[in-house]
Amino acid sequence: MIGRLDPTGPSAAVPHRPPHRSDPPIRTDLKLIADMIEPGARVLDVGCGDGTLLAYLVHTKGVDGRGLELSMDGVKFCVNHGLSVIQGDADTDLKDYPSDAFDYVILSQTLQAMRAPREVLLDLVRIGRRAVVSLPNFGNWRIRLWLLAMGRMPITQRLGYQWWNTPNIHLCTITDFVTLCREVGIRIEDTVILDRSDRIRGHGAGALSNLIAEQAVFLLRRC
Amino acid sequence: MGLVTLTLGTTPMATEPFAPESVADHGHLPRIRLAVSRPMPLDCGVMLSDFPVAYQTYGTLNADRSNAILLCHALTGDQYVIGGNPVTGKPGWWEIMVGPGRPIDTDRFFVICSNVLGGCMGTVGPMDPDPATGRPYGINFPVITIGDMVRAQKLLVESLGIEQLFCVIGGSMGGMQVLQWASSYPEAVFAAVPIATAPRHSAQNIAFGEVGRQAIMADPEWCGGAYLLSGRRPEAGLAVARMAAHITYLSETALHRKFGRNLQDRPAFTYGFDADFQVESYLRYQGSAFVDRFDANSYLYITRAMDYFDLAAEHGGVLPRAFLHDGRATPVRFCVISFSSDWLFPTTVSREIVHGLNAVAANVSFVEVTTDKGHDAFLLDEPELHQVMHGFLDGCAAHRGLPRRRWAPR
Repeated sequence: MIGRLDPTGPSAAVPHRPPHRSDPPIRTDLKLIADMIEPGARVLDVGCGDGTLLAYLVHTKGVDGRGLELSMDGVKFCVNHGLSVIQGDADTDLKDYPSDAFDYVILSQTLQAMRAPREVLLDLVRIGRRAVVSLPNFGNWRIRLWLLAMGRMPITQRLGYQWWNTPNIHLCTITDFVTLCREVGIRIEDTVILDRSDRIRGHGAGALSNLIAEQAVFLLRRC
Repeated sequence: MGLVTLTLGTTPMATEPFAPESVADHGHLPRIRLAVSRPMPLDCGVMLSDFPVAYQTYGTLNADRSNAILLCHALTGDQYVIGGNPVTGKPGWWEIMVGPGRPIDTDRFFVICSNVLGGCMGTVGPMDPDPATGRPYGINFPVITIGDMVRAQKLLVESLGIEQLFCVIGGSMGGMQVLQWASSYPEAVFAAVPIATAPRHSAQNIAFGEVGRQAIMADPEWCGGAYLLSGRRPEAGLAVARMAAHITYLSETALHRKFGRNLQDRPAFTYGFDADFQVESYLRYQGSAFVDRFDANSYLYITRAMDYFDLAAEHGGVLPRAFLHDGRATPVRFCVISFSSDWLFPTTVSREIVHGLNAVAANVSFVEVTTDKGHDAFLLDEPELHQVMHGFLDGCAAHRGLPRRRWAPR
């Protein structure tokens, strides 16, 4: 699943079973995103992977859900299970969508793999009334310590790649992201930070968040 | 194959039972006469009235008439989807996809397929007698378009008492009809599956069509299109047209895998122009088998209809406008499918359709099936295609309030 960060690393296979309402709860970060979405909303999940979040939103929140996914295996898996997903590249294909076409556009753990994250971010808030973006936080203390102590590019549980094979070409910290949003006129309505066990550790995008968060989920809208 | 009871005289363009003695009966039943009380306008300006359309149905229409699937056949296809073809004695063209327990499940859906306008399998075409002269139309048959084919299908569907089709599905030229259906009658289509098709015929495809037509017209037996009057048939020309077209339906890899440079029943070259190579022999067979079941003038008309197809041109050159309905995104749910080795209708062209649909934020899925079998892959055993078809139809069935069913690939 290129273009989509996967905690189990680059060899992660698409599961051979559809997500179902009786399944165990989905990952905390995905649940957190789902909680930000109003029932019945029009939703575009960019980089929807195997459709776990999309299926959850369709089944439990009754959303009108669509997906965009780079990996054809992911797309086929989604379509085979009744989800509306197209194969495409967020870097090039988001420009096709009209403004305000969706209530929410989701970009989960994908922005760091984009060639032009700034433009993608602007497209998200143009296409959707709101955007939900989740990111791994490179400002996390473990990563800072790793670089300081080892002098090598950090490899974490969540970012399990070498520097030469990672799809994550535009990593940033929470502070970096907040700065970019301010510069391009995007309002951050909420920031939720998660620790390495995907537990919610609080709200806010300050210096402490930037130190302790393993990842962050932002609710965004145009200013 | 279930016959349905026709509701007569209730549609805007009323229909009447077909009177076999009035038109040469090709044995293609059921047939229905359409546009009996009100002529149907063709894009070329001619009004066509009281014409026969031959069709087949499979499965049972449910009580609220919401489970009908229209299949649109390709250039040389016909209405005999499954259960064998009475003309060729061979299986139907989509036995692998359609039937009880298949992805297009006739236990769940009521499947309709009609021979296209201009065809030679029972629907009005150049073989039929011109009412003005009583002699076969030949090339005096009006030039028809994909839009005309779909207009006739709409009359058929209405006469079957179906207000909204659950899905319209077709590959190649059938896919063009699917796009036309969704664009012209968005309220009458719940879902659409255009497979290995294009929003317009490309210059290269028009060029291939022209090679075929010239082969037919260069055959002296064609007689300026009036061959039926003199009991002749331009078989050589039609066979060459088929041979040239058949190459475009395959891929280089598939041809190589199937034939390579293998010789046909001989140890060495004959230093002549016999079919030394297996691939030659194969093409000659394809050509000769085709002339037994197809009419040369029909081939001219139907390839012309494909040439004229350009969905964007009908909407000021802007494709997304074809997918607007009352100024909003079409309500039709799309599943666009292409094949990685198809160079006649390549994935890039399917992507144009997807981009056009995205531009109005329509509900669309898009899958490129990985195969080396070329354009013909949509008719072949492609498990990925079958999984996607089942998954999409099942998802749509849930949204349409039809019962869902798990499906296991065979």
